[in-house]
Amino acid sequence: MSDVAVTDLDHTEHADHHDVKPVRKTAMWVFLGSECVFFGAMISTFLLYRNTTNGGPGSEIFDIPFTSASSFVLLMSSLTMVLAHNAFEKSDMRQTRIWLSGTALLGATFLAGQIFEFTEFIDKGLTLPRSPFGSSFYMLTGFHGMHVALGVILLAAMAVLSLSGRLYDDRGLNVELVGLYWHFVDIVWIVIFTVVYLLQI
Amino acid sequence: MTAQVQTIRSPGDRGVWAWITTVDHKRIGLLYAVSAAAFFFIGGLEALLVRTQLLGPNLEVLSAEAYNQLFTMHGLTMVFLVVMPIAAAFTNYFLPILIGARDVAFPRLNAFSYWLFIFSGLLIYSSFFLGGAPDGAWVGYAPLSTQLTEVVRMDFWTIGLSTLGISSIAASANFIATAFTMRAPGMTMLRMPVFAWMSLVVAFLLIFSLPSVAIGLFQLFLDRNFGALFYAADAGGDPLLWQHLFWIFGHPEVYVLVLPAMGIVSEVLPTFARKPLFGYPFVVFSGAAIGFIGFGVWSHHMFTSGMGPIAEAGFGVATMIIAVPTGVKIFNWIGTIWGGKIKFNTPMLFSLAFVAMFVIGGLSGVTHAVVPSDTQQHDTYYVVAHFHYVLFGGAVFGYVSGVYYWFPKWTGRKLNETLGKIHFWLALIGFNLTFGPMHVLGLNGMPRRTYRYPEGLGWANWNAVATIGAYTILVAFLVFAWNIVRTHYLNKGERVGNDPWDGRTLEWTIPSPPPVHNFDETPIVHSLDDFWHQKYAENEEGRAVRMPAVTGAADDQGDIGRADHGTPEGIHMPSPSYYPALASLGIAITGGGLVYLPWGFAAIGVGVVVMLWGLFGWSLEPVTKEH
Amino acid sequence: MTTDTEELVEAPAEHDADHIKHPTPKQYWLIALILAVITAFEIAVPSISAFDGWLRVFLLFFLGGVKFAMVVALFMHLKFDKPLYRAFFIIGLVGAIAMFVVVLLTFRAI
Ligand code: HEM
Ligand SMILES: [Cu+2]
Repeated sequence: MSDVAVTDLDHTEHADHHDVKPVRKTAMWVFLGSECVFFGAMISTFLLYRNTTNGGPGSEIFDIPFTSASSFVLLMSSLTMVLAHNAFEKSDMRQTRIWLSGTALLGATFLAGQIFEFTEFIDKGLTLPRSPFGSSFYMLTGFHGMHVALGVILLAAMAVLSLSGRLYDDRGLNVELVGLYWHFVDIVWIVIFTVVYLLQI
Repeated sequence: MTAQVQTIRSPGDRGVWAWITTVDHKRIGLLYAVSAAAFFFIGGLEALLVRTQLLGPNLEVLSAEAYNQLFTMHGLTMVFLVVMPIAAAFTNYFLPILIGARDVAFPRLNAFSYWLFIFSGLLIYSSFFLGGAPDGAWVGYAPLSTQLTEVVRMDFWTIGLSTLGISSIAASANFIATAFTMRAPGMTMLRMPVFAWMSLVVAFLLIFSLPSVAIGLFQLFLDRNFGALFYAADAGGDPLLWQHLFWIFGHPEVYVLVLPAMGIVSEVLPTFARKPLFGYPFVVFSGAAIGFIGFGVWSHHMFTSGMGPIAEAGFGVATMIIAVPTGVKIFNWIGTIWGGKIKFNTPMLFSLAFVAMFVIGGLSGVTHAVVPSDTQQHDTYYVVAHFHYVLFGGAVFGYVSGVYYWFPKWTGRKLNETLGKIHFWLALIGFNLTFGPMHVLGLNGMPRRTYRYPEGLGWANWNAVATIGAYTILVAFLVFAWNIVRTHYLNKGERVGNDPWDGRTLEWTIPSPPPVHNFDETPIVHSLDDFWHQKYAENEEGRAVRMPAVTGAADDQGDIGRADHGTPEGIHMPSPSYYPALASLGIAITGGGLVYLPWGFAAIGVGVVVMLWGLFGWSLEPVTKEH
Repeated sequence: MTTDTEELVEAPAEHDADHIKHPTPKQYWLIALILAVITAFEIAVPSISAFDGWLRVFLLFFLGGVKFAMVVALFMHLKFDKPLYRAFFIIGLVGAIAMFVVVLLTFRAI
């Protein structure tokens, strides 16, 4: 125990007090900081081109009630995620599994909604090559959708792993880290919903 | 004497498979170093071809098409496949040791970063055999880079740079976690050696700047392959957006290239001046300040793009401000060697040359900050002169200094001093012959990225000088290569113990080369330059006096044998794993598929499966397997 | 008696999760309820003509910001976790906003 990394000499005395740094969470938060720049670049591109419709359809084709519903679904998946984490910390595997699956399901619902929305828009003539507006809309929301899809895969994988009791907290794939990722995907959508949808109508 | 080296590894640790599956930060560091050296040779060759074409007016050594590919690949190679990886090599090898750790925070992620880097490099270079290399300059300005979509060339660049970016982001997150969570007891942030600090700053620069260019690259890719209109002016898109997204990354990137070299110089100067670094906190904080302000100056690359007077004035002033912390460092280095008992050996010479050349490059850089002046200089050879003074005379000299300095730690042998000095003087002279005249050429109006120039413009003589200089550099680095081969592979180098330079930092307390676990016992650190203070006390005049027999430390030969014991009982190092290499192979295959899109979907399918296989295997296997 | 690599540094950290005060499940439900109410209000804002103009923009940003902050602070536990994490995230967030606002200003797009 004594040679586990400790920052300060003074702290070594408390070594048995678990004064250690969670390595993975540190890296995860740095990564999320980095993701802010990713989405910042795409959201700014969208803002730059929000009126550049090149004669094609613009934000008037948005269906706010529909998008509101799917935004709400994603928002609530943050609740189920945090409940899964809570159950996992209490070592309640059954509850963990239920909430993980619920989160994955809500995520999948959101994705289905997005696919539906995209097909509607394409019908109305908004495609990636139609206009800079279309390009930046699809890139931003599509990139976010890919994040959601990855999250759903990870959540489902963890739900399956928990069946055979192989859900550890000392592996890269663990409830807390995936939870952080999932909440982040949710807050990005909070911004997208405001900036791309609500502000443009 | 290789036997000596081998005893340090257990028998199963040799062979290609061991290198592919290694998660040892030292081995990964060496892999980075060797790869960077190979790419340096290739990138140098490309530069020589470019210089040969420019030897005299109206030459036709290369076709214009080949010329464009060569200067593009030269820039790309030097920045992304030489300087960044050599910095990663030093960081990998020494960051953990300097802070008293046994490895980086995520050993397998580290392996992943390396393999993704090398596969990306190979992907980019495969373009030469697949119809031609990228030819739109390393900055790939739209709309040039979005045109000619039927030629795949620039997609090698959009995709290759993206995967390199993933590799760098992973490595940076790793280094940040390492520096924040793995320090030995007593190693407070302000006791970290300057090199460790600069590695940390660089990791932050990368992690917050790469996403910007990644999005830009992705947009270019969509424009080229899916008819998106991000940069299509006729549809209302604005090509200038690319320049912003690129330079938000691009300017921090130049500090990424040079800060680790500054860190190395800050280790070498005190060692050979035999004095502590003058104003350690200033060096650290000015490094951090450079990193921070570096995010606010990107548009100084766009002064001629018509941003308007307010933006131009703002970015001009910000650029001048960033020269201040840079100047602080220069004064600290001068203060460090001032009055020291300087030992002029090869690492020291390269470090001193770094300071001198960097000052020249820094000063021409400040002239770019003056908007009216830059309007004249922009896109001329003056700019080429400037950035080679900071990147070659600066960064590369710093890294070469690091190679001479740490070679004994890597291999247990010192590089030859005589050959080293020949290398140094040839490199210094050749470098100035090549790039000094480019200032004049640029001020006389010679544009950069020029394939051919006519007679009678007064450019011929200086161009000839520059080309002769370039060949001198080639000779210099051949001497360097010979020195390494001779010392390491022909076993002619002088064998040394733990501490050949009478060093100051933790790496000199452990055997050369270090055992897998670095430290038999986790060191406990009491001060900055801890090792030095174990060896020396100060007398009344503040002069260092050697303390009598110190605990195992300074004596030169003593510890070599210790490594023979292998890993001491109770220390578990992470087990080798092939998953990181597999995952990165999957990403590279996916990338290859993306380049050849209509038909590439099959490759993408294969690549994604391989990647997921690697990633899931990786996240499910325990770090240290039971024996 | 171990190395400092990932699993070994990570593992003990889970144990002290107990004595950090995280919200209870009941509180989580309450937070979600508040988020839902804010969302409902957000959706209503564009159709309330009294809010037209800059007030609407301000309100939408404000409400979105509150939701964002609540999820980050409470669901992601940033409020309870190490200040270091907060620094990482805020640097990324504020840095990104600052840089891209400048970009949009040079385009006169905002
Ligand atoms: C072997 C010594 C070197 C020589 C002779 C050399 C020569 C040149 C020349 C002549 C150009 C201008 C090509 C043109 O504008 O047509 C150039 C461009 C460039 N060089 Fe070097 N160089 C050398 C080393 C380096 C190093 C060490 C670095 C970076 C660390 C570097 C980075 C670059 C970059 C970024 C460009 C710009 C490429 C572009 O315009 O897209 N070079 N080099
Ligand atoms: Cu710059």
